[in-house]
Amino acid sequence: MSKKVESNIKAYGNNFTTMTPGPLAIAMRTCKIWQLIRFVVINIKMIIVVNKSH
Amino acid sequence: MARLVVLGGGVSGHTAATFAAKWLGSAHEVVVVTPNSKWNWIPSNIWVGVGQMSKEDVTFDLAPVYAKAGIIYHQAKALGIHPEGNETSDKPYVVVESTIDGEDGKIENIEYDYLINATGPKLNFAATPGLGDANGLGEFTVSVCTADHAVHANEELEKTIVKMKNGERQKFLIGTGHGLCTCQGAAFEYIFNIEHELNKAGVRDMADIKWISNESFLGDFGVGGLHMKSMGFAVSSKIFAESLFTERNVDWIIGAHVNKVEKGKVHYELLSGEMGEEEFDFSMLIPPFAGVGLKAIAKDGTDITATLFAPNGFLKVDANYAAGAYENWKASDWPKTYQNPTYGNIFACGIAFAPPHPISKPMSSPNGTPINPTPPRTGMPSGIIGKAVAHSICDRITKGENAPLHEASMADMGAACVASAGKGLFDGTAAAMTIYPVVPDFDKYPGTGRDTDYTFGEIGLAGHWIKHILHHLFIWKAKLKFGWTLIPE
Ligand SMILES: Cc1cc2nc3c(=O)[nH]c(=O)nc-3n(C[C@H](O)[C@H](O)[C@H](O)COP(=O)(O)OP(=O)(O)OC[C@H]3O[C@@H](n4cnc5c(N)ncnc54)[C@H](O)[C@@H]3O)c2cc1C
Repeated sequence: MSKKVESNIKAYGNNFTTMTPGPLAIAMRTCKIWQLIRFVVINIKMIIVVNKSH
Repeated sequence: MARLVVLGGGVSGHTAATFAAKWLGSAHEVVVVTPNSKWNWIPSNIWVGVGQMSKEDVTFDLAPVYAKAGIIYHQAKALGIHPEGNETSDKPYVVVESTIDGEDGKIENIEYDYLINATGPKLNFAATPGLGDANGLGEFTVSVCTADHAVHANEELEKTIVKMKNGERQKFLIGTGHGLCTCQGAAFEYIFNIEHELNKAGVRDMADIKWISNESFLGDFGVGGLHMKSMGFAVSSKIFAESLFTERNVDWIIGAHVNKVEKGKVHYELLSGEMGEEEFDFSMLIPPFAGVGLKAIAKDGTDITATLFAPNGFLKVDANYAAGAYENWKASDWPKTYQNPTYGNIFACGIAFAPPHPISKPMSSPNGTPINPTPPRTGMPSGIIGKAVAHSICDRITKGENAPLHEASMADMGAACVASAGKGLFDGTAAAMTIYPVVPDFDKYPGTGRDTDYTFGEIGLAGHWIKHILHHLFIWKAKLKFGWTLIPE
C-alpha cells in the first residue's frame, strides 16, 4: 500500500517534497479499536478548547 | 417592553435569538426576520452534495421552533435599516420584504430597540463571469453552499459517475472561484468526499481530480495556516494538506484567481502573474462572499449605508479598520463586542460583521490582482459571537443601558473544526482540528501566532464519528430540544 501512495508522487512536481503515509499509518486511520481511543482523546482536546473559548 | 430584532436565522442569528428569548422571557419581544422557512445545518450540505444525505436530513421547519421559543418570526428578507426612525417618528426600524409564497414583495416596517445583523454572506457568484447565476445554480459549475445547491451538485456528480462507468474519463476541478474567496474548508471537504465516493463507485481510476484555490500555500484555509504538534514537532498545516492530497492522488493549483468560467474551462491568474486555463467535466467552485446589501437611511432620508457598512457590505463593528499594512496588524484589531460604533443599539454577529482585515497575509500578482483568502468565520466562532451579543443586549434591556458588554474576540477564542474527507461508519475519515486562537497573536505566541498546546489536528475514522455526532447534536440544539443549552456552540 505504501508503494501505491508513493507512486502518486511526481518527480519534481507539486508533491515531490511532501511526506506520505505508509501502510501502518493508513491502516490505523480506520482501525476501529485505535480510533475509539482517538475518539476519546480528540473529544477531550476539543472540549478543553471549547471551554477556553466560552 | 423592549424589542430585539434579529436579521438572519442562520447559525449565528438563530443562536442569538434563541438565547435572547430564553433569557428575556415573555417580558420582552424577540423577533427574527429571515427569508427561508427552513433552518439548514450548512456543514452537512457536503454530504448532500455527494448523495450521502438528503435535503430533509440537513434542514427543518423554523416556524414550530420559534413558536415554542416564543419568538416572533417573519419569513422575510431585510432591505434596509432606519437607525434614527423617520420624519414622523424617532423610533428606529427595519424595512423587510416578505418571502412567503403568495405574499412575495409585501413590505413591512418593524420597529426595534436593539438590532442584530446576522444576515451571513451574499454568495457573490456575479464577481466571476460564468461562475453562476443569481441562484448559484450556474450553467458550468455547481455549488454546495445551500441545501438546494448541494442537491443539484449531487445530480451532476451522478451523471459523471454514469459516464465513467461507460468508459468516459472525467476531470474534476474543485476549489475557490475568485481570488478573494473564503471557506476553503468546505471545498476541501467536498473534494475528498467526491474522491471517496468515486472509490466506492469503483470509478476512481477513471477520474482526474484537481484542486484550485487562492491560498498561497496548501493548508492556509484563510487563517494563514496553522502549526500542529505532531510526533514532537510543530508541523505546518501545509505538510499535512500536501500529504493528504498526495495520498489521495489529488493535484493542486494554488495562488489562483479564477477570473472567468466557461463551459468546461476556467481561466485563472496566478500570484506569479502567469495566466492559465484548466479544463473540467465537473467543477464546484466556492463563490466569494459579500454582505447581503442592506441599505441604511438617516432620519431625513439620506443614504448612510457607508456609515454603517464597510464597502464589502458587512456591518462595521468595534474593530480597528485603520490597521493598514500586514506588518501593523495586531490581535487587538479584531472586534470584541460587535457593537456598531455609530449606533450603539446595533450589533452584528457571524459572517455579517466586517472584519478589520484578512488573517492570511495579503498578496497580489505583479498585475496588481489581489489573491489571498478573506477571513473565515466558521460555525463555532459565529455561534459564540451570536451568544455573546445576545447576552450583552439582554443585560442592557434588563440591567440598564450602561450594562457592560460581553466580549468574544476571535483573537481570544479557539475553534474546533472537523473537515470530512469521506463519509462511512467504518471507512469514513475526517480531519479533526482545533485552533487556538483563531486569529494568530504573534505577540503572545511568537513564531506560529498560536498556542501549540491547544492547536492540533489528525485524520481518521474518529474524526468522522465526531462530525456525524455533531450533525445530530447541532440539529438537536437548533430545534431547542431537551438540554439544548448544554450543547456548546
Ligand atoms: C458548504 C459549507 C460547509 C461548511 N462547513 C463548515 C464546517 O464544517 N464547520 C464550520 O464551523 N463551519 C462550516 N461552514 C461555515 C458555516 O456554515 C458558517 O460559519 C456559518 O453558517 C455562519 O453563520 P452565519 O449565521 O453568519 O451565516 P448563515 O448561517 O449563512 O446565516 C445567515 C442567515 O441570514 C439569512 N439572510 C440572508 N439575507 C438576509 C436578509 N436580507 N434579511 C434577513 N436574513 C437574511 C440567510 O437566509 C441565513 O439564514 C461551512 C460553510 C459552507 C458553505
